[in-house]
Amino acid sequence: MNKYHHHQRRLRAVQARMFVTTLLGLLVAVFFRAQVYRSADWSLQSESNRLRPLTLPAPRGTIRDRAGLPLADNVPGYSVSILSAAPDSMLSTLERMRQYLEIDGDRYRRLEEQARAGGPQPILVSVDAPFEAVAAIEERRAVFPRVLIETRPKRRYPVGEIGAHVIGSVGEINQAELDSPEFEGAEPGLIVGRSGIEWQYESTLQGEAGVRYVEVDATGRIVGSFRGFRRVEETPGQDLDLHLDRELMEWIHQIFPEGMGGAVVALEVETGGILALYSAPSYDPNVFAGVVDQEEWDRLNRDPQSPLFNRTISAKYPPGSPMKLITALVALEAGVITPSDRMPVACGGGYSYGGRVWRCWREEGHGSLDLADAIKNSCNVYFYQVGLRIGLARMLERVNDMGFGGRCGVDLPSEAAGTYPEGPEFWVRRYGYSPREGEVLNLAIGQGPIEQTPLMVAQYFLAVARDGSAPAPTLYRGAPPREGFRFDVSEEALEVVREGLRRVTQQGGTAYLSSLEHFDLLGKTGTAQSVEGRETHAWFGATAGLRGGEPEIVVVALVEFGGGGSEVAAPLVARAADFYLRGQHGIARDTIQTLRDYINARRNTAWALPTPEAR
Amino acid sequence: MKLDGLPWARHWPFTGAVLALSLFGVAMIYSAGVKNIPSPVTEGIWVRQAIVLLGAILLLIGLSQIPSRWFEWMAIPLYLLSLGVLAVTLVIGTGSGTAEGMRSFLNVAGFQFQPGEAAKITTALALAKLLARKADGPEHLRDLVWPVAIVGAPLALVVLQPDLGTALAFVGIFFAAIFWAGTPWPMILFTASPGLSLILSFSTWIWSAYFLSLIVGLYIYRYRLYLVESLGVILANLAAGAIAQPLWNSLQQYQRNRILVFLDPDIDPQGAGWQLVQSKVAVGSGGVLGKGFTLGTQKRLNFLPEQHTDFIFSVVGEELGFVGTSLALVFFGYLFFRMIRLAQAFDDPFSGIFVFAILGVWLTHVVVNVGMTVGVVPITGIPLPFISYGGSFLLMSWVAAGLVVGMARDVR
Repeated sequence: MNKYHHHQRRLRAVQARMFVTTLLGLLVAVFFRAQVYRSADWSLQSESNRLRPLTLPAPRGTIRDRAGLPLADNVPGYSVSILSAAPDSMLSTLERMRQYLEIDGDRYRRLEEQARAGGPQPILVSVDAPFEAVAAIEERRAVFPRVLIETRPKRRYPVGEIGAHVIGSVGEINQAELDSPEFEGAEPGLIVGRSGIEWQYESTLQGEAGVRYVEVDATGRIVGSFRGFRRVEETPGQDLDLHLDRELMEWIHQIFPEGMGGAVVALEVETGGILALYSAPSYDPNVFAGVVDQEEWDRLNRDPQSPLFNRTISAKYPPGSPMKLITALVALEAGVITPSDRMPVACGGGYSYGGRVWRCWREEGHGSLDLADAIKNSCNVYFYQVGLRIGLARMLERVNDMGFGGRCGVDLPSEAAGTYPEGPEFWVRRYGYSPREGEVLNLAIGQGPIEQTPLMVAQYFLAVARDGSAPAPTLYRGAPPREGFRFDVSEEALEVVREGLRRVTQQGGTAYLSSLEHFDLLGKTGTAQSVEGRETHAWFGATAGLRGGEPEIVVVALVEFGGGGSEVAAPLVARAADFYLRGQHGIARDTIQTLRDYINARRNTAWALPTPEAR
Repeated sequence: MKLDGLPWARHWPFTGAVLALSLFGVAMIYSAGVKNIPSPVTEGIWVRQAIVLLGAILLLIGLSQIPSRWFEWMAIPLYLLSLGVLAVTLVIGTGSGTAEGMRSFLNVAGFQFQPGEAAKITTALALAKLLARKADGPEHLRDLVWPVAIVGAPLALVVLQPDLGTALAFVGIFFAAIFWAGTPWPMILFTASPGLSLILSFSTWIWSAYFLSLIVGLYIYRYRLYLVESLGVILANLAAGAIAQPLWNSLQQYQRNRILVFLDPDIDPQGAGWQLVQSKVAVGSGGVLGKGFTLGTQKRLNFLPEQHTDFIFSVVGEELGFVGTSLALVFFGYLFFRMIRLAQAFDDPFSGIFVFAILGVWLTHVVVNVGMTVGVVPITGIPLPFISYGGSFLLMSWVAAGLVVGMARDVR
């Protein structure tokens, strides 16, 4: 059979066409499947091939004082990251980078782990690289093709150590936090509040990070930034307006006795807002703004003066004499005394009760006193008898009602709870005996098992300055007012208590030298026992306002080992109040403030002469 | 001179298709050079391809003037010459570019040349001459012994280079040629059976079933087969099954990986599977209309391997989409249909068999090359005719086209 007959040729040509058509048709079908049917999957993979997501950190909200002055804001810093690539290449980049950028051991190990684990996210080597390191790496772009340097907002604290305790500080999120539900979705490198306001209002200040993409080639080299539709802008954190007065805090820092430890609290009478919360010694929170300097951290932790410790809310001291204000308010409220009552036993330097003599601080005695003079003189004998009239049970019940064994509820972390016997069982638990009625004598004068934070002592004065009520001290101006405690006493009775305080800074009062030209300073000195063999801690608490006007500010100072309250604590309070009130009433500020300053400066002191009635 | 008198002009649908595919190739090679980080390997190489193309066009015009009888007469000497050159290449040959580890290139007067490409044409000529002697076509398996030998010799030399892709093309030459020579389908299958045996031997069960059906087939066609032929088929199948394992072991690791990742690309997505995965991503992400000429991201950012040579069709897929890939395949289909039509028109067996042998080469290249970009064929270093970058291959493809046109000078 001739295979090349044209019939035969046609037959084979038909077969060949069918064969070719089938093969090419199958290929077209395969391409249809890949390019039409399943194209979306492949497109996604193509995108993830070439696009690397980068976090756009959201700037934290600014923290401002009452005048709008910044207490914490942001400045541009530099972050250094390595884009995701093969683990080996990332590890070698990391290794080479060490020449130019200091990376401490722990962090380096963690970064190594991250590099080995892989994933599309770049690894963040530093959230706050020094400019020199950034410049060095930038110069060597060719050897660091996968290194990304970006500006990222860095926290700055313009007042530095002055606001360290209250403003707090920030730090990079740690592994435990990353694993916690609270920070779900957070990425390494996120800057979070570590203490103070920064911690308390973390969710307000934080904001929401955005995402942008850079395009990389097959070797992970950045080719360009990608301005596609998937960019998500960051949402900056909300700003926070506080009651704090930055200038007042700066002034307190300036006048606080150098080298000493202690606390100063200033409250606005009208709102209970915190005007100043100052703790000494302090530290500069700016050193924690980026990567924590381990050496600096260790130094601060080892410092015997404990600069990291916030003495205004975390330290507790025996309240001493200022507690007598509470005793007076409890008694007035209970109706067991009236302001004009004199106690049956006049002060002769001591009071006999329960078979022993309870001493007054003044051996020669104060004689017979009414409430105002008892407060002015801080007479123990008077308050022993007031305590007895109140009775131990009522005293414990009422004071605990006020929450003195707990916390003020300030909007800050790590506030310490005060110590106050919650009931008779306190003595059984702590000392192994049931309290006798005599315990109330100690409690009435602020002695015994009582400890309070300076902030809580300031709250006593707030109650006196207001109508007997003391809202919880608050930092954030937007926070709703919170009930603190309230004494149900008449305005007349309160006025008598205030009169007693007023006399403290008048001629014959213990803080006369701290009196002010333009303002009434209604104060109370106090001493609190410190360590055996050392000076006592000095208290001075006061409320102040225009001469003859309403109280506007409460200031309480505690100076550790500061001796008697009138020596270092009282001038400190007086000068802080004077600074603030001059500002409020448009009176030129001056460094010559107290009577003592006027005398030293040989200025006219006629204003300090006795009150008109006395004259 | 009347244009109609020139064979290349008279057969403009064929030459036009070849030219169109080649110009499309130059355009895609240009695109392959457009990257974010330019590479000296691909940048500007389209110019070189265009220059080679110009030479190839002149060569086609010249070759198409030579009477096909001359080639028939010269077939055996040319074949032997190319075998000799292939043998020499094995000794002094070099690798090049992506085929660095092979010995498939000869350096002659500063030009790199792949003797394997020329051998395809001379083998096609020799095979056509041999098969054309018998107008009845091969009726018995013994009639295929010489054809097997003629293809087997260059194939073996190419495998030793080792260049499995080119070797595959010789297989295509052989089957296309014996088909057009009129070999009955059963004989073609019996000839192919040792190859099937080799592939199926990975599973004893499948191989046993296959072997059983082979015996049945041999029994059915017993009246067409000599006993010795049947025994030969059985022995060849047994031998192929037996050497499969040692052959597998003798493969280079990269060759084995190519087959393994074809079966499962996820085995080694960063290594051997990389090319396949990235090519599939490129093609698939092209979608219907593609990302636009020169705008493919997989290509631009170097995710796509060998984007100017073996994986040029992935660039087509990524940038021109399904429209581009299916149109390119339709163009190839059109070219093949024209060739079938020419073969059908030839009265003389030599020209017809030669055209089919060339068709066999190109079809093998197209199916294997295009198939591997979407993972339906294992990755083999085999270029896409007229489109992939590479001087020897383009030139030899045009030489083959010139011969086809020349043989068709008398066909209206």
